Amino acid sequence: MTAVEERPAREVGSARKRREDAHLITGRTQWTDNITLPGMLHVSVLRSPVAHGRIASVDVSAARGLPGVVAALSGADLADDWGSLPTAWTVSEDLKTPPHLPLATDKVRFVGDGIAVVAATSREAAVDALEAIEFDIEPLPPVLDMTEAVADGAPLVHDDVPNNRCFTYTEHHGNYSATRERAEVIVTRRFINQRLIPSAMEPRSVVVQPTGADEYTMWTSTQVPHFVQIFMALVTGIPQQNIRVIAPDVGGGFGSKLEIYAEEAITLVLAKRLGVPIKWTETRSEACQVTIHGRDLIQHAEITATRDGTVLGLKVDLIANMGAYLQLLTPSIPLLGRYMYPGIYKFEAHDLSCTGIFTNMMSTDAYRGAGRPEATFVIERMMDELAAELGMDPLEVRRKNWINHDEFPYTTVAGLEYDSGNYEAATDRALELLGYDALRQEQAARRDRGDTVQLGIGISTYTEMCGLAPSRWLGETGYVAGGWEAATVRVLPLGKVEVVSGTSPHGQAHETTFAQIAADALGVPFEDVVVIHGDTRTAPIGLDTYGSRSLAVGGMAIVEASRKVVDKARTLAAHVLECDVSDVEFSDGKFSVRGSPDAAKTIQELAFASFTAHDLPGGESPVLTGEAIFDPEVFSYPHGTHLAVVEVDTETGEVKLAKYVAVDDVGKVINPMVVEGQVHGGVVQGVAQALFEEAVYDDDGNLVTGSFVDYLVPSPADLPSITTDRTETPATTNPLGVKGVGEAGTIASTPAAVNAVVDALRPYGVNDVRMPCSPMRVWEALNQARGGAQ
Amino acid sequence: MIPAQFEYVRAGSVDEAVSALSEDAKVLAGGQSLIPLMRLRLAYPEVLVDVSRVEEMRGVREEGDRLVIGAATTHDEVLRDPLVRTHCPVIAEVTATVADPAVRHRGTFGGSIAHADPAGDLPALALALDATMTIAGRGGRREVPAAEFFVDYLQTAVAPEEVLVSVSLPKLSEGWGHRYEKFNRSAQAWAMVGAVAVVQRSNGTIGSARIGLVNVGSTPVRAAAVEAALAGADATPEAVAAAAEAATEGLNPTTDIHASADYRAHLAHVLTRRAVVAAAGM
Repeated sequence: MTAVEERPAREVGSARKRREDAHLITGRTQWTDNITLPGMLHVSVLRSPVAHGRIASVDVSAARGLPGVVAALSGADLADDWGSLPTAWTVSEDLKTPPHLPLATDKVRFVGDGIAVVAATSREAAVDALEAIEFDIEPLPPVLDMTEAVADGAPLVHDDVPNNRCFTYTEHHGNYSATRERAEVIVTRRFINQRLIPSAMEPRSVVVQPTGADEYTMWTSTQVPHFVQIFMALVTGIPQQNIRVIAPDVGGGFGSKLEIYAEEAITLVLAKRLGVPIKWTETRSEACQVTIHGRDLIQHAEITATRDGTVLGLKVDLIANMGAYLQLLTPSIPLLGRYMYPGIYKFEAHDLSCTGIFTNMMSTDAYRGAGRPEATFVIERMMDELAAELGMDPLEVRRKNWINHDEFPYTTVAGLEYDSGNYEAATDRALELLGYDALRQEQAARRDRGDTVQLGIGISTYTEMCGLAPSRWLGETGYVAGGWEAATVRVLPLGKVEVVSGTSPHGQAHETTFAQIAADALGVPFEDVVVIHGDTRTAPIGLDTYGSRSLAVGGMAIVEASRKVVDKARTLAAHVLECDVSDVEFSDGKFSVRGSPDAAKTIQELAFASFTAHDLPGGESPVLTGEAIFDPEVFSYPHGTHLAVVEVDTETGEVKLAKYVAVDDVGKVINPMVVEGQVHGGVVQGVAQALFEEAVYDDDGNLVTGSFVDYLVPSPADLPSITTDRTETPATTNPLGVKGVGEAGTIASTPAAVNAVVDALRPYGVNDVRMPCSPMRVWEALNQARGGAQ
Repeated sequence: MIPAQFEYVRAGSVDEAVSALSEDAKVLAGGQSLIPLMRLRLAYPEVLVDVSRVEEMRGVREEGDRLVIGAATTHDEVLRDPLVRTHCPVIAEVTATVADPAVRHRGTFGGSIAHADPAGDLPALALALDATMTIAGRGGRREVPAAEFFVDYLQTAVAPEEVLVSVSLPKLSEGWGHRYEKFNRSAQAWAMVGAVAVVQRSNGTIGSARIGLVNVGSTPVRAAAVEAALAGADATPEAVAAAAEAATEGLNPTTDIHASADYRAHLAHVLTRRAVVAAAGM
């Protein structure tokens, strides 16, 4: 283990209440939609009701004459105002990146594809005017099934993408076919990792204000203001420095706001054309329909093993639904999980292939976990299936194959070096909290008496990779940007502290946790630290928030920047205290001379001295400020053991999550309450995939689950209280020993819940239930198994 | 999620409401079904006639052996009402499952029945209890029994120029038990299928049973065959199970993404059995 710094941890580790909550819960938020500017016009987008068709005509003239309407424009009218929306990750040489204009001009490719816009003096007038636009779309057969999409003669989403194949990707580690030769047991399964709707609490919203000659301020509900600035410049040709992007309060995203959206370009281009502020705010229906979707993979998995339960090889073949267009990261998402399929287990060989397919549906992209939940689902389901095949306890199979705590660092078959972990400790704690043995007895008793309501216990011993990402790695994999993060820390003349971070939150707790880190690093009170973020003018350098990177990357930049401030103050202290720099000790905000603790200066005193600059040591510049850009060299690897208990009503198929225990090891913790919040939310979101949520299109390509009536986001009434605990194995790869936690709960919980459902039904001959494990799906699985047994 | 433009009339009395109604008008009570339809532009009424402050249409009163619930009484008021709790607690049991507290504070008893969504909880209850609806129109008032009230999906005997004023339901004397088995995917979701049973039990047999089924067709449905099979049957789980086999008789359930027709029929059977067993106190 390398150094985890011993520092007086006054703040780090303390369960500070989130300082952002006071304004959030008292209505003093600045959501983008709350912004109202003089002369502002409202934009509404006319969307295709047809999944696939050629645009014969779009006639906006009738809309132009309506009351309040200032402009009505078709995709053709605006075709010269912009270029294609970006895709930032070239995952393979054969990747097809068809044009993606903010408004369609030739063909519509999914229900919701924009074809025209209206700007009006009120939102109501804009929506009314959409109904006056006449358009003619010649319908084409929609492409909705990934397996049919690749057949010769299938209709084409993009005329120049044969077989609707967006990309193919393969990876080989070790000799998989050799393990197949040797294997005594081979288990294969096909899983549908269904399409999900991210459902952030705040729908998207964009306001653009012209502020000068071709200069604009854009407020947008985004996770990535810096990306938006860069890509808006590229899409519209407006110089980058003339676009100021602000992410004000952002109410959730889960990856769906890690994106460059058509509506951002539409709003900006209309502000440019009309010279007045423009607002677009998404309706909830649009949030379901045209904000990116998550997951949507067909996963074939095969595991080879010996009869004693030792795993040998893992083969995974993926078919991934891209949707109609490539959004910012679309093709990379199924592949972001490619290193995680082997999980925590010691495989000899691993083959992986992935084919990306275009369909006439909304694009998929990053959704909480982005590739890792999909991978973890497969490996954790497969470990259960292998155990069932061998007649072993699923825990025993895991124990037999996982990396023991004394084997770290360990390079997995996929080539990742896991720096640290203790799967035994997390598992033991989870079993204890659950009362595993007693529940197994209860399960046996119910089975014996043929109880209508059966019990199932599901296990997920997961790991994941956080801290996206080392820039070199990103470059090697075809990503257009780096993965560093920036921070500036400055001690103001009066001794208070500003931390400027390049990552801005959308519901995490940057303002609290980053202040805790800086407070400890500088030895100042927590209350004296303010965190500035989310504005390309005030926090100009940054790469934003996604992939559980804010702490593991952005937090490290703050540590580095703080260290620079302390170093600068130390030099000044030596000068003021008339001693050698090496004799200056820094503790708890005080610089003192070694051996004479009374000779001391506080960091606040030094900040003022540095500000006045009346007497600085030679070569030193004024002002206590430090800037750091941290580029991680490796990922971090949180892990943990999640246990789910379900009750399954074998008459109705109803599944009730009865108990849930999550023991996570996210390394050192900055704020345990924030971590717990992330785990709770993450677990619920993962359980939602297992039991509740599914985006469904009908045979014509209409989104059936277009509202929360049919798209079932669970509420607290549907879930038990979650028991959480932590083990703490510090990361060895960063000075705080932290790993990241934003996605862990989601990654872990989906297989835990499904494993529990299958475990309950195993005696009936059921070995899989397609997600979400709805009552009907459980009932059908039972019927099928009973039929099969006859 | 922006409704088209409409006129708004706040009625002070039933007569005012009736005179403001027309083919292009809609009655607004709690707005919990109508407003979402308008916001999605699935409904375009030109006039909304707000009856939520019509005094006559609010509250619960006794009329002999019946309770009369004003159509604009909110769900929350119904389920807290002492008359309801004393004389017909099944109304409270069912009403308590309607959506969530926010909806129950705005949505109304009559609104839910007049909206006639077969997935709604209250239409099946009204049907099971042989409720009588009082409807006012320009020609005066008329009374329509529940059996004739629900015409088709979202369609009732209430004509466009009419308004549902009140619903009359029988008091259930002692000896009647009740149970609503509501089966839904999540706590706030509509019933995938529901079965409401009120059962009179005496001397080890079932005297009479009334069963309403939710969301198994285009209207709420009475499980008439089960009721017939239960009349005089032994009050045993076995006898009830046998009778409940008939729950799917004559049903023509719908298919949607949450439940196929077969699965709905299966649920109707299971839930009917469970509701009757519980209502009969077994």
